[in-house]
Amino acid sequence: MKDALVIAGKSYASRLLIGTGKYRDFAQTTAAVEASGAQIVTVAIRRTNIGQNANEPSLLDALPPSKFTYLPNTAGCYNAADAVRTLRLARELLDGHDLVKLEVLGDPHTLYPNMPETLEAAKQLVKEGFKVMVYCSDDPIQAQMLEAAGCVAIMPLASLIGSGMGILNPWNLQLVIDKVKLPVIVDAGVGTASDAAIAMELGCDGVLMNTAVAAARDPVMMARAMKKAVEAGREAFLAGRMPKKLYAAAPSSPSEGKIAPKAA
Amino acid sequence: MIQVIVNGAQHRFETPLDVGTMLQKLQMAGKKIAVERNGEIIPKSLHQKTLLADGDQLEVVVAVGGG
Repeated sequence: MKDALVIAGKSYASRLLIGTGKYRDFAQTTAAVEASGAQIVTVAIRRTNIGQNANEPSLLDALPPSKFTYLPNTAGCYNAADAVRTLRLARELLDGHDLVKLEVLGDPHTLYPNMPETLEAAKQLVKEGFKVMVYCSDDPIQAQMLEAAGCVAIMPLASLIGSGMGILNPWNLQLVIDKVKLPVIVDAGVGTASDAAIAMELGCDGVLMNTAVAAARDPVMMARAMKKAVEAGREAFLAGRMPKKLYAAAPSSPSEGKIAPKAA
Repeated sequence: MIQVIVNGAQHRFETPLDVGTMLQKLQMAGKKIAVERNGEIIPKSLHQKTLLADGDQLEVVVAVGGG
């Protein structure tokens, strides 16, 4: 596969990862995910409603695990112990599936990661054989610690989860990309297509988003836009952008052979 | 008669009761679920063999949309 995203030894053609929350219904979820071209989809683990009809459609029907790589998350967990329990349940639920998204939150207002708890949970999960993709702050030193702990992808926020504020600190993302060898995937903060393109132009290996698509007026069209933005940003990164110049701009048209200036 | 807590709610059952039978009584059988008892996973293969005791705390989960 040409220019594949490789996570834990598996290759993916798409560098866009999509969350499955906040859609109107399963039909819209499926349509948006398909339009995005994403191969990896995040899911949450929650208590089942007792007495609910067993034949009711479920997310697993809308997005068959045979067709997509599931990435169960620990959204809503505020300590390492709950995150580890949640992912053990996920592995049991998904028949031994071990690729997971770890996120341990600091508080409900910012959903900013609690990094000491995240690192503790990462170490425990790696010990138990999980392949951990980890939501984290955009701190290059913490990212290196998570890499050393045995995670398989580093996923710094670009701005707060669900904020749509875009890439607020490209310098830090650049540092993370430079300092770790693992794939770096922007997780959280992307609001529109240009944000995704900027992340990819910086050299990120992928982008994970949910609200930017689900909360768009037309989620399916936005999913398509994000697919193009991630592809465009990736190609721009690989192509190598021209250097920025403050002065001495060179015209693109020849300076010679211009017609004579009009006599005064 | 035992009392167990399933997903935060109290339920009373006749004994003996295994996890698989409890799931049937709660109409959860056949769904794609995972079960944790007192903090430990009960694998699907052990649902019929695992007897519940008074005061057990169970979590029964599914996959839902999330980011």
